[in-house]
Amino acid sequence: MADSGVIDGPGRKDEIERAKSEGKDLTKEEKQRLRKEKKQQKKIKEKKDDKASQENEKEKKPVTSAAPASQPPTQPTVQKAPSAVPATAPVSVPASEASVPADKPTKTKAELKAERRARQEAERASKQSKKGETGQQAATSKPKAPPSDLQPVVKRLPEHIQVDNPDVLKKLAKKLERQQTPEHYAAKKIPLRSDYGYKVSLFSHLHQYSRKAPLTQQLSIPSTVIHPAIVRLGLQYSHGIVAGSNARSVALLHAFKQVIRDYTTPQNEELSRDLVNKLKPYISFLNQCRPLSASMGNAIKYIKKEISNIPSNCKEDEAKNKLLNCIESYINEKIILAGVAIAKCAIEKQKISDGDVILVYGCSSLVNHILCKAFEKSRKFRVIVVDSRPRLEGKEALRRLVQKGISCTYVLISAVSYILPEVSKVFLGAHALLANGYVMSRVGTSQIALVAKAFNVPVLVCCETYKFCDRVQTDSFVSNELDDPDDLIVTRKGTTPLEGWENESSLGLLNLVYDVTPPDFVDLVITELGMIPCTSVPVVLRVKNVDQ
Amino acid sequence: MELQAVLMAAGGGSRMTDLTYNTPKAMLPVGNKPLMWYPLNLLEKVGFEEVIVITTKEVQKAMSTDLKIKDVKMKLDVVSIQEDGDMGTADALRHIQPKIKTDILVLSCDLITDVALHEVVDLFRAHNATMAMLMSKAHEFTETVPGQKGKKKTAEQRDFVGVDQSGKRLLFMANEADLEDGLSIRKSIMRKHPRMLIKTGLVDAHLYCLKKAVVDFLTENKSISSIRGELVPYLVRKQFSKTVNSQKLKDDTDDQTQEKNDGPANHELLISSRDEPLLQLAQERSCWNDHRGDMSEAYHGGKLRCYVHIMDQGLCCRVNTLAAYIEVNRLAPKLFEEPSVHPSADISERCQMGSDSIIGASCHIADKTSIKRSTIGNSTTVKEKVKVTNSIIMHGVTIEEGCNIQGSVICSNAVIGRGADLKYCLVGNGQHIEPEAERTNEIIVGTDQLMEI
Repeated sequence: MADSGVIDGPGRKDEIERAKSEGKDLTKEEKQRLRKEKKQQKKIKEKKDDKASQENEKEKKPVTSAAPASQPPTQPTVQKAPSAVPATAPVSVPASEASVPADKPTKTKAELKAERRARQEAERASKQSKKGETGQQAATSKPKAPPSDLQPVVKRLPEHIQVDNPDVLKKLAKKLERQQTPEHYAAKKIPLRSDYGYKVSLFSHLHQYSRKAPLTQQLSIPSTVIHPAIVRLGLQYSHGIVAGSNARSVALLHAFKQVIRDYTTPQNEELSRDLVNKLKPYISFLNQCRPLSASMGNAIKYIKKEISNIPSNCKEDEAKNKLLNCIESYINEKIILAGVAIAKCAIEKQKISDGDVILVYGCSSLVNHILCKAFEKSRKFRVIVVDSRPRLEGKEALRRLVQKGISCTYVLISAVSYILPEVSKVFLGAHALLANGYVMSRVGTSQIALVAKAFNVPVLVCCETYKFCDRVQTDSFVSNELDDPDDLIVTRKGTTPLEGWENESSLGLLNLVYDVTPPDFVDLVITELGMIPCTSVPVVLRVKNVDQ
Repeated sequence: MELQAVLMAAGGGSRMTDLTYNTPKAMLPVGNKPLMWYPLNLLEKVGFEEVIVITTKEVQKAMSTDLKIKDVKMKLDVVSIQEDGDMGTADALRHIQPKIKTDILVLSCDLITDVALHEVVDLFRAHNATMAMLMSKAHEFTETVPGQKGKKKTAEQRDFVGVDQSGKRLLFMANEADLEDGLSIRKSIMRKHPRMLIKTGLVDAHLYCLKKAVVDFLTENKSISSIRGELVPYLVRKQFSKTVNSQKLKDDTDDQTQEKNDGPANHELLISSRDEPLLQLAQERSCWNDHRGDMSEAYHGGKLRCYVHIMDQGLCCRVNTLAAYIEVNRLAPKLFEEPSVHPSADISERCQMGSDSIIGASCHIADKTSIKRSTIGNSTTVKEKVKVTNSIIMHGVTIEEGCNIQGSVICSNAVIGRGADLKYCLVGNGQHIEPEAERTNEIIVGTDQLMEI
């Protein structure tokens, strides 16, 4: 077949080109032959290109140095760049080799298209060959699969999980510089917070900051670049004074209200565009103090949308009032009333019944609210609070529940399998609900869900819909938050065993904040829209997007 | 704007009258820079752009001619007050109340420190505190002070400072002078903070971050005249007083009825901003508490909080005594990397100069002189064969040949006669020491100064 293809080269080619120009579909054999010929052409072209590239190397050096050299996708472009210049020469060479000299001056559009297609396929083939996928070579000869399926889909990774890539860090520094707010005397930039300590290799792609090196060290003291309310908020985030998904969102919206109140539109600018630009450096600052949570991200998206929807003929005071009201109503609807609705739902649908023993983990504001409301409605139940180091948030949950009069038991997470036979239900709070049904929550939640599943205890997750996010994650490594490793150091009886941990080269401290629970372990999610299974999260997101 | 800086430069230097009877304290040279340049430099380094300087007319005049102060890039808003000395620091704040629009950072002109100012201000911001201050571990002064007869007196009345377990929250502050029989601590403090550390060896740096509401409170309450002596202990006490902790005063009507009863107290409460309910909401939902072990919420529900940052490393010195002045002259030049010899000084080649000496501008140092561990001010003339060791020589001084000066302080425009031998002396302004004089451990001042006491 192949031999005949070569021998019949010119004749066949004419037929094929005629067929193309007539718009008929090529037969399988014709397609196969076409591809083989193009492969040959490509090999010949490559030889020519190597010679040409050596000549043109000096010219093309600035072109190639501009693009990051390490990425494979650029190599075909490198090949293409020199190939573009002596384009006519190599193209004409295989044409001449195929001994169809008459084709040169009379190249139809279809022929040019075919050549371009041939070049693309050749590059694709070379890329795949470099990736070592030998199977693909066979596939190129198969006429069945359309070309687009062969190309591997290269997805872009978000920047915040590429901390170990120096290029990304440089980009981030540049981005912060560009985001400087131009004041009238000097343009000051948002400082870049540097990582601290040795990072465990599995998590080296994430940031790890130290609480003793706050970002305010690099800011001027009467902070002019960043609004004082935002500086205060950033400090409160990094010190952990405002912690918990709902608290952080509310505090963020409160700070944004102050920013909007103090904002004045400069000359020749529109409020809808300028205010969004003003908020960008603040958000970068807050992100560096502590990585943004999913709820905060959704709140910011909402505010930005509201700001950009302000009509340009609106007066400044009116616009500001409108925005302040929007923020108030967002907090009221999505956080406060949602909490009330969830509590009502949980209590009325008998999710908390008399005689229940409910297990909670850590301090979730929503779960505490539900339990307090249930107690007010005179349900008889008792609570087991499970806690874990280093945050020991369970102590705060314990305090709030006992203050109300609920009888509680307190254990550490190491005792969970001991205490679970007593438990009738597990209530968990969530930091975010991911689009594939996974629940992102405080580290340790997935453990509790796992053990509860093993004991056949129902696990209920309580979460407002504004915490639903589009992200998809199946493990806790890809995207997480690393807290200050010095929090793990404890002093007992005057000795601190881990004191000089930075000096030990083989010792790394890891203080994870979040983990991901698969939907198999979660029986029900209680939201203000009702009780939904974990897998309905994308439906809710879709409906929300349609609404907006 | 977040913070306004206020520099108190009207102090008279009552504890070192020998130095200050002619030169105001704010303009005393330390390492050849006027004393008030140091806090101004601290503020400038940190990023302040404007400072309100409260001072006397004399200092204001001196400031306008001083080169170093002209070098300061910030905008100095100088407010001059009467020099009669009756005005305390709090009175001065009351005087400038119309200029104050935001929270303030109050500094004293005699503070020389290299503290990282963000530590103090971060406490103020993060905890929404009413007051944040700076304190430092006191260091013993090792240099011999001229004019001191016999052993050094024991330190002045001590301060008792009580902090909580974290070392940041200020619970108790009292001066030894105010405590007659013993230290008494209120039960309310012990109930809320069962563990309290009481420290005595601390120096108050007189650097305070105060909320605007406190300045407003001062305007109402005219009986408080000193920040350090009265306002700070008052605020620290008020943290735990009952009226502040009651949370019923939310309605305006309640405020009005109560105002007649505890007038000043309400102003502390009115620190709240317009969005108090939202802040409360955030605090309720946050799983953070500043203490553990009891049933109350974060900060025990108190709205008034005082914080302190205690420095244990670095320089922090208040120049209000002669010993401090001498100590600081040793240490302050190390804070900056300026050349020790001013370029315009004329030093002959056969002069032996130690590396830790500082020579000011337009000096003339003749041959065969030896200058060790000393500071020599501007426009000073030192003739031949003079030995200067461990001394501070201010501006415009003339030292004739063959003198031997050791461990002394020579004030401006003095003339030391030929062959004089001074050990551990303090020579006042414009004094003439006769030739061949031999003085040890004396304070030589003019007769007119003696009258001033």
